[in-house]
Amino acid sequence: MSDTKVETVKIRDMRNASKDATSILTQHERDDIDSWLKRYPKDRSQSALLAALRAVMHEDHYLSTKKMNAVAAYLHLPNIAVYEVASFYSMFELDEKAAGRHSISVCTNVSCMLNGSDEIVNHIESKLGIKMGETTSDGKFFFKIEEECLAACCGAPMMQVDHVYYENLTLEKVDEILDGLE
Amino acid sequence: MSEKLITIEINATKLEVKPDAMLIEAADDAGIHIPRFCYHKKLTIAANCRMCLVEVENAPKPLPACATPVNEGMKVWTKSKYALSAQQDNMEFLLINHPLDCPICDQGGECELQDLAVSARGSSSRFHEVKRVVTDKDIGPLVSTDMTRCIQCTRCIRFGEEIAGMREMGATGRGDRMEVGTFVEKSLISELSGNIIDICPVGALTAKPSRYKARPWDVVQTASIASHDSVGSNINLHTYKNELVRVVAGDNDAINECWISDRDRFSYQGVTAKDRLTKPMIKKDGIWKEIDWAGALDSIAELIKAIDADQIGALVSPRATVEEQYLLQKALRGVGVNNIDHRLRQCDFYDQELAPLAPNLGVSIADLEQQNAVLLVGSNIRQEQPMLNHRLRKAALKGAHIMTVNLREYDFNYDIAEQLTGNVTQMLEKLAGIALASGKLPEALDDLVDGIKPNDTEKKIAKYLTEAENALVLTGNIAVSHPQYSALRALSSVIAENTGAKLGSLVESANTVGGWLSGAIPHRQAAGIDTAKVGKNITEMLNADLKLFVLLDVEPEFDCANPKQAMSAMHQAECVVAMTPYASESLKAYTDILLPISTVAETSGTFINTEGRWQSFTGASQLAGDARPAWKVLRVLGNVLEVEGFEFVSSTEVRDELQAKISSATDKGNADLMPIYQKQATDTGLQRVSEVSIYCTDSLVRRATALHKSIENEAAIRININDAEVLGLSNNAKITIKQDEASTKATLIIDNMIPQGCVFIPEGTEVSACLSASFGTIEISAA
Repeated sequence: MSDTKVETVKIRDMRNASKDATSILTQHERDDIDSWLKRYPKDRSQSALLAALRAVMHEDHYLSTKKMNAVAAYLHLPNIAVYEVASFYSMFELDEKAAGRHSISVCTNVSCMLNGSDEIVNHIESKLGIKMGETTSDGKFFFKIEEECLAACCGAPMMQVDHVYYENLTLEKVDEILDGLE
Repeated sequence: MSEKLITIEINATKLEVKPDAMLIEAADDAGIHIPRFCYHKKLTIAANCRMCLVEVENAPKPLPACATPVNEGMKVWTKSKYALSAQQDNMEFLLINHPLDCPICDQGGECELQDLAVSARGSSSRFHEVKRVVTDKDIGPLVSTDMTRCIQCTRCIRFGEEIAGMREMGATGRGDRMEVGTFVEKSLISELSGNIIDICPVGALTAKPSRYKARPWDVVQTASIASHDSVGSNINLHTYKNELVRVVAGDNDAINECWISDRDRFSYQGVTAKDRLTKPMIKKDGIWKEIDWAGALDSIAELIKAIDADQIGALVSPRATVEEQYLLQKALRGVGVNNIDHRLRQCDFYDQELAPLAPNLGVSIADLEQQNAVLLVGSNIRQEQPMLNHRLRKAALKGAHIMTVNLREYDFNYDIAEQLTGNVTQMLEKLAGIALASGKLPEALDDLVDGIKPNDTEKKIAKYLTEAENALVLTGNIAVSHPQYSALRALSSVIAENTGAKLGSLVESANTVGGWLSGAIPHRQAAGIDTAKVGKNITEMLNADLKLFVLLDVEPEFDCANPKQAMSAMHQAECVVAMTPYASESLKAYTDILLPISTVAETSGTFINTEGRWQSFTGASQLAGDARPAWKVLRVLGNVLEVEGFEFVSSTEVRDELQAKISSATDKGNADLMPIYQKQATDTGLQRVSEVSIYCTDSLVRRATALHKSIENEAAIRININDAEVLGLSNNAKITIKQDEASTKATLIIDNMIPQGCVFIPEGTEVSACLSASFGTIEISAA
């Protein structure tokens, strides 16, 4: 298939679907997705899907079906192709209740567990007044159930807050980190 | 094609196999069965169920036969101790999360998993932990889900992507939490969605309308032919205690492969519709009374004899069997009636004398896949003939240019090279543009192309057709209903000639071809023999104030091109006799004698498909009440009318008589043109554009409740956003439609696939039944 043909087909497909998509995704999200789309061949828009979902996560802190459908339309993918990716990766939250401004993940795998991660978890739970898997009522913190090793055993115990790793934790250090967040 | 075969050995048997085959294909061809769940001959290879593990010489571990290519000298054992043990161990894994609910599972008895589990040894599992449970989502009225039973073979997912051309099912989540489904609650919308029921190897996806109706070992299977589109898909009817409970796909690689459309699968619900007619009835002084068959047929014979033959007209369903169509015209022609027509939705008969013996696809169904360029003239092929669209889709995936000239744009499930759209006049002009770009035109078309200059798109379409090795111009169902069908045909034929393309017709209905061959047309007898006197075509009949109408499975308000005109003809006639499986209230209002006849599931008969292929079938279920197979009713009618040659004992004798006549018939050809084709004046104002709604094509499917529930806004009318803004109408607005003297209410949907200046009205619906012709000026306003 020639490039021009791909283009005309795309433009036609876009006319109905993407009009909606454009209005649902924010300008920031679209700019982010567009910058990723530039890096891939024109008929491989699926390559930008992970980045697109990350952009939406960054804005909304979770992926609503509406936004996922908008991403699908924007990238000319079937909706289900977006659901598959979104539900596969644990870094994406699909439940509105999981939408906190800051996402806290405490690693509870072997190395961290041996170095006292349970204590860290208990401390955060009592500090924030929520259980793992819940969001504080002000929507500030989401305490994620992290099931996998976060691959920082040398710095155990550790936690990830948003995109940042914090290692060799103590209870005081945890307080300092969480209190320092907006 | 001579391909060098290679030699392999399976279970110590030497086999000559194709070098590019997978082991499982080679084994299947040799009749050696290897168990499988995810492998399906028409889908890509996933190799994820691991059920087809076999022992291969020198391989360090068992190999999946579906994903292992054959090799010269390869030695394979499918039932060795090693292979069996691998299969059994795998089976144990598959059953870990599979519920043991076979006794309440619709798949039980025809379940590949159950069959293998039973034959694979062992009655208990070593897995004692808790099985996972999947919460079901409603995916519409056609497919029932029990996803806890799913073994994640992904056949349904691959079907969506590869065959249906739209991914609706997917695998969400991961690891032991992976679920197959739609993720969000949504109705499947593919016109082929029901096929996932057939290919699901377990009971995760089963047919919703037949849920819990019968166990597979209690049903009787009868091979039959689908009765809606012109494809002639092979189907199997399943009856339980003489009631039709289910339809599944039949296998025929030359026609429908192993797929069928949802319409062919679920239309059977219409067989047991509430308004099924079970007794012959006669109306006396406005009151319906039951009457015996002899009395009913005598009354009809008296009427026919008493009324002048020119004052009698017969409307025949294009999906009546060949036998029914042939016998009806034979009986009526025997008493001098030539006013017979099955072309219910056609309104332009200008060139009917030039028509070939019967319309034909022009190539075989399988050859559609080999086309490099196809121009569709007036066709929504995806809904009209879904299995033909599937073939074109395969061609398109190989790079073919599929192009359309239509009344509106459509969503295709593959890339369309060009879609030209416009109202009936614009459509003709655009086709004329392509014709002009294709080369020199005969003088007869001068008026049609007067003042037209082909634009770049039209030139490109002509160029694609000319350059293609295999090119095809096809007219579709919408073209047949076009007010200048003859002009579309002429232009298409000239385009085909100029570009070196083949010419064909997608053919409207299951037995439209039969209608032409059996003489259910006013100007030719059976086998195309000229009539002494040319009868009236359907439009002429409806305008002629005829005294007697005979209907064969026709509901004029839904089946005719112009419902308003049809209804007034019915109401003014002195008498209307309907041979029909159904007696709707509106039918009872204008008919005087009702004869209960079979639906396609209850009679033997023959359909001739778009390729000209004759396919006979037998009845599967028992007729309700006193209803009779239509061919038998018509045989007796012939006798009562004292017409000669009605001594048939079986329907096959009827078919054979017609076939003998046709074998000596000469084809009328397709080359000539009428001396002149004239452009019709353009109307002003909003123009109606129409097509028959997918599940409103005939009396049977109109009564198939689940199918109607599966689509939204079936009877809604559609306009472009720009027109909606001018009219000040919003989406879902309640509106009033006015056409000529007729008017009705409907819901409006804003749809930018409708060209500006056009109002799209689906036909065969309650809305269209209140209106007149399928084209022309139309007014809409807020209700």
